[in-house]
Amino acid sequence: MAEIRVENLRKAFGEFVAVQDSSFTVENGEFLALLGPSGCGKTTTLRMIAGLELPTGGTIRLGGEDVTYKRASERDIAFVFQLFALYPHMNVRKNIGFPLLAQGVAKAEIKARVEETARLLQIDHILDRPVSGLAGGDRQRVALGRAIVRRPMCFLMDEPLGTLDAEFREVMVRELRELHNRIHATTVYVTHDQIEAMAMADKIAVMNHGVIEQFGTPQEIYDRPASMYVADFIGSPPMNFIRFTGGLARGARMARIGAAEVAMPELRADVPPGPLALGVRPEHVRFSDASPLRGAIYGSEYLGTNQIVTVETEGGLVRARLAAEQSYRIGEPVGLTFKSDRLSLFDAGSGRVIPSALHEGALRQEARHG
Amino acid sequence: MSSANTAHSVVEPSARSKRIAATLVILYAVITMIPLVWIFLTSIKSPPDSISYPPKILFTPSLEGYCNLFTTRTRQTPEYIASLPPPEGMCDAVTRERNMVIAGPSNFLPRFTNSLIIAFGSTFLAVGFGTLAAYGFSRFKVPLADDLLFFILSTRMMPPIAVAIPIYLMYRQLGLSDTALGMMLLYTAVNVSLAVWLLKGFIDEIPREYEEAAMIDGYSRLQAFRKVVLPQATTGIAATAIFCLIFAWNEYAFASLLTSGSAQTAPPFIPTIIGEGGQDWPAVAAGTTIFLVPILVFTILLRKQLLRGITFGAVRK
Repeated sequence: MAEIRVENLRKAFGEFVAVQDSSFTVENGEFLALLGPSGCGKTTTLRMIAGLELPTGGTIRLGGEDVTYKRASERDIAFVFQLFALYPHMNVRKNIGFPLLAQGVAKAEIKARVEETARLLQIDHILDRPVSGLAGGDRQRVALGRAIVRRPMCFLMDEPLGTLDAEFREVMVRELRELHNRIHATTVYVTHDQIEAMAMADKIAVMNHGVIEQFGTPQEIYDRPASMYVADFIGSPPMNFIRFTGGLARGARMARIGAAEVAMPELRADVPPGPLALGVRPEHVRFSDASPLRGAIYGSEYLGTNQIVTVETEGGLVRARLAAEQSYRIGEPVGLTFKSDRLSLFDAGSGRVIPSALHEGALRQEARHG
Repeated sequence: MSSANTAHSVVEPSARSKRIAATLVILYAVITMIPLVWIFLTSIKSPPDSISYPPKILFTPSLEGYCNLFTTRTRQTPEYIASLPPPEGMCDAVTRERNMVIAGPSNFLPRFTNSLIIAFGSTFLAVGFGTLAAYGFSRFKVPLADDLLFFILSTRMMPPIAVAIPIYLMYRQLGLSDTALGMMLLYTAVNVSLAVWLLKGFIDEIPREYEEAAMIDGYSRLQAFRKVVLPQATTGIAATAIFCLIFAWNEYAFASLLTSGSAQTAPPFIPTIIGEGGQDWPAVAAGTTIFLVPILVFTILLRKQLLRGITFGAVRK
């Protein structure tokens, strides 16, 4: 196992820049999710780490060794493909043993290690079956087995759960995380599914248009989004943006939105006058008749344990995650209050967050909200 | 007509349409088989039976055609034949009945061997080069790939015989006239374009991920090609090989132009049998029958791949 250090990584296909000057480090034993929509450069980044694509610039270090221009076969890595890429002309046993064969491992040892891996993944009963008849989950496990068996420095996975149906995907998310907890392999996992990323990863890198928008723990990404893009991409429903115009001074604790004064974490920078957006997670919105921030009920979605109520305000639609019991009439006027210490203020022009007291101190202690 | 009332599936053909299809297929097969059966029957007729009119369907089989195919004979007086020791073997006896004796082996066997060497050799070369080229075109960014592929295809746009004269002159200069190597090179050149195009289609269908997986598993690209791509391209390779082999095996025009002696193949040789001592149709038919065997065996061995090969792309795995 080893750390992966990526510095100023860049990849251009002709005019199109797929990855722009990305830098990040995956610590030894850490699980990193590269998260983003399709075409954001996450898969290209992964393929460069694997050696399947050569970077246009930058360096990649595996365990301290510069492997930027080394061949895939010379890097000690394992790769799990989206479509598994199990060799169709080999059975399960041969598929799993194939990487060991390349390393010239003795036959008896290959057999032992394949069987050990199969037991770990609970596929020892299908070892001698052809791969063509396997169900999606078993294919997935065989693909994982082929990765694990060689005990590589790190695992790279390209949306390995993308083709599984939703129900089974949850099972595999759990299995993958448990597997990671057991073998502590440095892992880079590409996905467009925020739930997968949040559930499995130690760190998440949110990518957009070839740029890493934010790199951090799932909690950081969720609670302290670095940009409106991240805030919007993570969370279901995503963060609300209440748009307003104004300028604020360093140390300000109030934002004037229309007639209302809204309390927020103390700003750590001056904000020149311009378009701004106040970011509020739906679970941090409450209704209060006394609040000067007014809106009207626009609609509601019942989710069982709670409901998402949408309110139309001057600053746009605001979604609130509320207890499921109360019912609301469409058009009913309501007042809104926000959990003031959890708000993010964004520069709506650049989309970047404005530093505030929110970005200081430990997160876990703050995370005591219901 | 109970079948008209039963519910029928949309995807599964009805029993009646299956019967109609089967009848048509059998009819077609019979029509295609008639010339082959006729050639085989002629090959086991005696020379008089072979030219009798109306044609004989029922006759006493004779292996005279095969005897004549493999031998050369000289006409002798009955007195001379009577003075000879008793005939050794069936062919000797049959020949003496026609007032002839066997003078020696004919050229059929060496010509047939030439055909085998040239056809299989050129098929091997064409498919080998074709696979490598197709893999290259399929996987790498080849500069001007489309133009190159079109150029390769364009070599098939005129009948090969259109360039017969330049090739004839070239071969004479290079000393390749009437050599097995020359014929092999020629057939390879003609077939390689077909092979590249057919195989590129097959290799395009093999996902790149397999090789990428193999390369990550620690294999070089060449090893990945050999261990992962080739096994999966066998269908395409087999189908391509049959097409190439059929062309090279049956090719007549170049063979008759460029070969006359030691490198002559069976197709130009077989018709020459007819001139040796009258209209010897059974010998010609025997030669043709034997000539059909290798291609028949090869096709039957690879028929599964051939079938999948000619319908490739129609159904995704």
